[in-house]
Amino acid sequence: MKSGGSLSIWFFVGLCLGVNGALIFARGIYEAMYPPAEKVVLYALHANIWWGGFLLVVGVIYSLKFSPARERARNAAKQ
Amino acid sequence: MNLALLLSSSTLVHLSPVDLAIIIFYFALVLGIGLYLKGQANTGEDFFMAGREMTAWVAGLAFLSANLGSLELMGWAGNSYKYGILAAHWYWIGAIPAMLFLALVMMPFYHICKTHSVPGYLKLRYGPGAQAISSISFAFMTVLMSGINMYAMAVVMRVVLGWNITFSILISSITVMIYVALGGLRSAIFNEVLQFFLIWAGALLIPILGLIEAGGWSGLKAKILQNLTEQHVANPGAYTHAWSTLGTFTDNPMGINWVGIVFGLGAVISMGYWTTDFLVVQRVLSAKDLRSAKLAPIIGAAFKMMVPLIVILPGLLGLALLRDPQGQLLRLVPADLAWSPAGQAQGLHGYDEVLPLMLARYCGPGLLGLGITALVAGFMSGMAGNVSAFTTVWTYDIYATLINKNASDETKVRMGRWVTVIGVIISIGTAFLVMQAQSIMDYVQALFSFFIAPLFGTVILGMLWKRTTPAGGWTGLLAGTLSSVGMYVWVKLDPGAVRYVALSMEAQDQAQNMFRALWCCLICVIVTVVVSYLTKPKPESELKDLVYGLTPIPKDDHVSMFHSPVFWGAIVAVAFVILQIIFW
Repeated sequence: MKSGGSLSIWFFVGLCLGVNGALIFARGIYEAMYPPAEKVVLYALHANIWWGGFLLVVGVIYSLKFSPARERARNAAKQ
Repeated sequence: MNLALLLSSSTLVHLSPVDLAIIIFYFALVLGIGLYLKGQANTGEDFFMAGREMTAWVAGLAFLSANLGSLELMGWAGNSYKYGILAAHWYWIGAIPAMLFLALVMMPFYHICKTHSVPGYLKLRYGPGAQAISSISFAFMTVLMSGINMYAMAVVMRVVLGWNITFSILISSITVMIYVALGGLRSAIFNEVLQFFLIWAGALLIPILGLIEAGGWSGLKAKILQNLTEQHVANPGAYTHAWSTLGTFTDNPMGINWVGIVFGLGAVISMGYWTTDFLVVQRVLSAKDLRSAKLAPIIGAAFKMMVPLIVILPGLLGLALLRDPQGQLLRLVPADLAWSPAGQAQGLHGYDEVLPLMLARYCGPGLLGLGITALVAGFMSGMAGNVSAFTTVWTYDIYATLINKNASDETKVRMGRWVTVIGVIISIGTAFLVMQAQSIMDYVQALFSFFIAPLFGTVILGMLWKRTTPAGGWTGLLAGTLSSVGMYVWVKLDPGAVRYVALSMEAQDQAQNMFRALWCCLICVIVTVVVSYLTKPKPESELKDLVYGLTPIPKDDHVSMFHSPVFWGAIVAVAFVILQIIFW
């Protein structure tokens, strides 16, 4: 996809999801260890752990699949 | 400005350090994208059309995201709380048929004639007069709407987060200004795609957790029925049925019937918006080839069908589940009442707050920051869409057509960067103007709607009927617009006139909009046809690549079924019909 030189839009998407996922996941682990005084509804489901983990995994996959190195290789192959 | 001063104690939600980190990371990322893309926006095609090299997926997601602003999300979540599942029509019949029509019928003409904008197409088809009127009205309205959205978003940020209005306006608009001025349309599109993922990541948890709490869809319906019956709301069952209550005006909370939804919304308003509003069409024009340009709206349509999951469902969940701290049912009220001093003193919440309320219900630190970032990203992305469309129309359809006909490509890019800055400054000015006189907001929004419905009639007749003449197109557009204004003023002066304009005294604002659009589009078409028969048409040689029958449209025969826009269009159409049956 030639839509951003050596950095693909999908790399930025992966970066964004990965960093946010990592922060949310880490906060979820922290909350599981030190439960807050004010809990959200359905706190027991620990949504921040599994949702943060899901975003982290998707983000890492996208960041690696569309990493600048791979994008440069793809662009070189097309030329 | 001290950050602590921006956060007051009486807000809907409170942000933790991890939430702030997520928000700050988003701002840093979009600015970084703008800086990175600066080097790839050197020519007019690069800056204004993103080089016309976007893939179908990128163009399709940007096409959808340009419309998926935070006001749209919060506003329609609020509407679903107010009107029930009827609000989903704006995502289904109010979008899907029009998107498929754009993809399969209109896109070839836009793409083949290589226009830079919708006013540019009008120039080719009808001449410079239609282009001038269309571009000036579009540019004027777009920049005003951008400011109004900016103000409305800042108000929401104040109510939800306690942020200072001026701070919200300046920080978000300056960020948008920097990344659009640096990277042009490509930068706007990159951020729109990013915003698409952020919105889903930030909002999808609400329906998942909400349905778990409500006991699934059947549990949700039962709770809504019980709550509304408790509150003596008329016909409570209508809130969870999309079509079965549209036989009469009085059976549903919107005061509309199926004619208004099918013809007013589906056939006119949505067709006008999704096929002729340059704000969204510009994204598809950036596609790298005709097949991508046709696939992009189909991809957008597939995801548009699913947006009710994160917009309409949270509104319905709010109806079923929201309770105050004492455990009593929480009843949301109109925004003007909720945000008045008396409403604030009583702790009332507006309809539009249902999405943030649901967000605060389920999302703790981290997830809350992501949800708020999604809303901020939605706002900035919507503003970037307005600004980039304004910049293109100003530069190509006003500056290079009326002011400096010999402008070089370099001059146009320079003009584009400056107009981005000026557009944002005017938007900020509008936002502060609205702050002084909020009634302006209603008038400008109505003004914007006056142009969209008749414009669809003008464009579609121009594309599909070679007999349409420049005089016919021009007078039809004028007659349609004036009739729309006339009906609006008539109802304002005499509220009883709603029985003629919208066919029922029960018609709410949305229903009035539907019928007004339907009548003014019909007037536009009738006037265009009559005047065209009375005037001399353009020679066919001048209509090549602009009109059906005179434009050689490449066939998709050489591509496999799974790469064919028609195939995927049919899949989306079938899914659309199935959804209507499920939620009938």
